[in-house]
Order: sequence, then C-alpha cells, then structure tokens
Amino acid sequence: MSVPLAAPLAGSVDVDRRMSPRLVLSRVVALCIVEIQKLSHDRSELITRAVQPALWLVIFGTTFTKLHVIPTGGVPYLDFLAPGVLAQSVLFVSIFYGIQIIWERDAGVLAKLMVTPTPRAALVTGKAFAAGVRGLAQAVVVYAIAELLGVRFTVNPLRLLGVVVVVLLGAAFFCCLSVTIAGLVLSRDRMMGIGQAIMMPLFFASNALYPVELMPGWLQVINHFNPLSYQVEALRGLLIGTPARLPLDFGVLILATVVGIAAASGLLARLAR
Amino acid sequence: MTSPAVEVRDLHYKFGETTAVDGVDLTVAPGEIFGLLGPNGAGKTTTIRAITALLPVPAGVIEVFGLDVAKRRMAVRRLIGYVPQQLSADGSLSGVENVSLFARLFDVPRGQRKAKVSESLEMMGLTEAAGRLAKTYSGGMIRRLELAQALVSSPQLLILDEPTIGLDPIARGSVWERIAAVRAETGMTVLLTTHYMEEAEQSCDRVGLMHRGLLGKLGTPRELIDELGRPEATLEDVFRAYSGGSLDEEQKGLRDVRATRRTAGRLG
Ligand SMILES: Nc1ncnc2c1ncn2[C@@H]1O[C@H](COP(=O)(O)OP(=O)(O)O)[C@@H](O)[C@H]1O
Ligand SMILES: [Mg+2]
Repeated sequence: MSVPLAAPLAGSVDVDRRMSPRLVLSRVVALCIVEIQKLSHDRSELITRAVQPALWLVIFGTTFTKLHVIPTGGVPYLDFLAPGVLAQSVLFVSIFYGIQIIWERDAGVLAKLMVTPTPRAALVTGKAFAAGVRGLAQAVVVYAIAELLGVRFTVNPLRLLGVVVVVLLGAAFFCCLSVTIAGLVLSRDRMMGIGQAIMMPLFFASNALYPVELMPGWLQVINHFNPLSYQVEALRGLLIGTPARLPLDFGVLILATVVGIAAASGLLARLAR
Repeated sequence: MTSPAVEVRDLHYKFGETTAVDGVDLTVAPGEIFGLLGPNGAGKTTTIRAITALLPVPAGVIEVFGLDVAKRRMAVRRLIGYVPQQLSADGSLSGVENVSLFARLFDVPRGQRKAKVSESLEMMGLTEAAGRLAKTYSGGMIRRLELAQALVSSPQLLILDEPTIGLDPIARGSVWERIAAVRAETGMTVLLTTHYMEEAEQSCDRVGLMHRGLLGKLGTPRELIDELGRPEATLEDVFRAYSGGSLDEEQKGLRDVRATRRTAGRLG
C-alpha cells in the first residue's frame, strides 16, 4: 500500500534501457535477413570478392608448395595456407562495414535505424552478425576454390559447425573494430585509408601465411594480440587438423567480439550526432 | 487530461561553437499536422533530432505523449515514425524488403507483418513497384517508400524532415496528398519541417516559424497572415516580416538540395 506512485515509472525506465536477449536476437535476425536479401540480389559481388583469395591460393599457394621453403610440419603448404586465406577474405569483407556505416550515416540510414526501438548494442550486434553472414558466404566460396585446388578440408559436420562459429565471430569482431574506427574518424575518406592501413598489418602480423615460429621475436609478441591469429589457428585446426588450442582460440574470439560490440556501441551515438 | 503529442520546453542545442537551437518552446496537439518552417540552417532538423532522442537532451525538456524523451527513449521510439531529410531507403533492397525490415525492427507481430507491409505500401501507392529494387525508383517514389517504412509500425507521431525537398512539383504534390490521406485515415499526429512556405500554408493545421535557432511565431497559417493585416499576404510574407528580410541563407539551401540530389543519384 505504501509503495509510492513513482515506483512503477522509475522501474519502467530500466525496462527501456535493459537489453533483453530476445530483443537482441530479433534485431540480429532482422539485420541478417536484410544481408541475405542483399546477397541474393547481387551475387556478382561474391564472385568479384572471390578473385583475390583465388589468386592467393593459386599463385602464392601453389608456388610455395613447390618451393618447400616454409616448414609447415608435414602439411602441404597449400593446405596450410587455405584456412589463412579463408580468414583473410572474411577479414576483408568485415572491414568494409566501417566504411558502410559512415555511408549509412551520411545517407540518413543510420539515423533511421537508431530511431527504431533498438538499443545501440543490439544494432551493433545485428550489424556484426550481418557481417558474419557475408563472411560465411565468402568462406563457402573459398572452401570451394581450395577443394578444387586439391586441398582436403574436413567434412566432419561438427568441425564444420565449429568453422561456422569461428567465421561468425571473426567477422563480427572485425566488423566492430572497423565500426569503432569509423566512430573515431567520422569520415569516409579517412576510413578508406585506415581500412587499408590496418588490414595488411593484421594479415601479415598473423599466422595466416607462415607458422608463428618463423616470425622474428617482436612480431611473435604482436601476434599474441592479433585476434586474426587465433581465428586462423582455430580454422586450421578444425579444417585440416593441425594442432590448435581451440578453447583458447574460441575464448579469445568471444572476448574480442564482446569488447568490440561494447566499443562500437559506445561510439555509435557519436556517429549519429 | 490527455498529454500533448509533443511538448518542448526551452530547448537549446549547440554543435561546438555553433548554436543550432537557442530556446525553443513548442506544443503539438494530438492529431494535428504541425509544420516547423524556416530557411535552411534555422535549426529545424536539430529540433527534430532532439525530439527523436538522436541528440542528447537533458531530462525535463522534451516529452512525447507525456513520456520524457531523455528517460524513456525506447518507449518514445515505439510511438514515432521518422523520415529523415535525406533520401534514405536502401537502394539494394526491394520495396517490400525495405518496409519489412522496419516491421521487424518495430516488433510488428509475425502474423500481421505481411499484411501490414502490403497495407503500408498500398497506402503510398507502391503496390506495383513493391518487388523492384529501390534503386530503380524515382525520387518521389523513394520518399513514399520511406513513408511506408515509417507507417508500418502504426506510429502515433509521424516525424518528417523536409518531406518534399529535392522533388519535382508533381512528386511533391503526391507526397502531400499521401500525408493528408494518412492523417485522414488514422488520425495520426504529424510533425514536419519544410522551407517551402507555400506547401506549409496549404497542408499544415498549425505552423511555427523558425529563424536562427528561435521559434518566433506560432499559429494557424490563417492567424499568422491575418496578424499581418494584409488579407492577400502569404505565409512567405509573414516570414519575411518576422525575420526582417528575405529567406536568407539561400547558398546553404542549395547545398542541402545538392546533397539530397546526390543521395537520389546514388539510389538510382
Ligand atoms: N552535425 C552538425 N555539426 C555541426 N553543426 C551542425 C550540425 N548539424 C547542424 N549544424 C548547424 O546547426 C545549424 C542548424 O542546422 P539544422 O538544424 O540542420 O537547420 P535546418 O534543418 O533548419 O536547415 C546550422 O548552422 C548548421 O550548420
Ligand atoms: Mg534540415
């Protein structure tokens, strides 16, 4: 009886702000559906984006397989390289989302999305998994190219499921990383430049092309902080059965994604202003 | 006592050194079409963006249907349909897909979604074009598509920022017709901005004249014209008298229109 009238109102403030898992899931689904629709309208993009990984595999991969200069512990170099190239092409797809969000902001699309009852973190999570959808489409293409070149990837469904999760997490993290940078630089031109400038170091300072042991000491240290390396290690372990610290790899990717979502959501309001 | 659709008390907003809104008081009654008028740079968009909680505003300044925007952001957004100034439909999605996305983002129940989507498209005269990619639409069609997106959640308050900017006269007429039809059918409150005085005079129940961040005159177009004491006057004359000059900052206006055209070009 003595509950003050204001109490339920104050309570509902929290309801507004709290992110229910159901709401997040529904937004993720909505934004992933849009991504699938876009992909289905423009399949040519899948092909154009397949050119680069195909070149890496065909030229770099087959050459170095013949040369035998990179010690990969009994695994043919092409097999060793293929998961790395898969991770790389997912990375390239995701980094594009930072440029896209600036474009969306300039076009008013972001404002419109933000005026829906969608908390920022849910919006970012949705975008991140939409990047995952595109990353998966890309992964399927690279998987097919690698198979054509004679790489024997696993067909174990459980391992492939693991691959799907790793690709989703990797894409989600790099998408958030690039949205975070977009939130800091706020301009499309600068974002383009920075996108290029971080993609290459991420790629070369990772185990995508060569085993970690081959790196100079300082690069090995950097490599420890590069989520791409954990992604590649997990993909390699799952796809071709090389030794991998799967719990660590998944742990790092999940943590990186959560941090990425938090950082990107924090900067989203800056983008909308 | 029912709350006003929108209540703004002494709104101020600055972008760094630039004062965009400098003390605006505003009440929009439920069911009316209210036009926020003024030249480019007057602060209309900033006011709108504050009302939609896109810009941070302290508590106690803005209420939408009695809900404080600063405290009840999500609840307020469920009541609002918003169309920004730029042509912002997604060109790489079809008409249906564009509208369905917003049905999902507003939690329109799955069972009603399809019906609501086609109903909104129908209301905007886009049934035939619904399956086509939006990048094949004309500027006027994109605007109507955006209205369909905003209407699919049956909002109580429709907020339109320069709904006819960058459109040719026929497309403009058609957009105004649709807005009037929606209001007649649903009794929805409409808050819009425009710098076309003539259109506002014809279409708005009440208008507020905005100039350099201040909202000077408020009233029905008729009241404001009568106040001027010249029966043949137009709203544009009222505005000139109020702002003490012409609709200035034409340069800026051009820039705005150009930006909108660019978006239209990008869409197709
Ligand atoms: N994001 C922004 N950053 C800096 N200044 C801005 C921004 N948005 C608007 N302004 C400035 O605020 C003033 C009001 O702008 P705006 O609200 O867009 O006017 P209107 O919509 O009436 O044309 C203008 O001087 C404009 O240059
Ligand atoms: Mg404006």
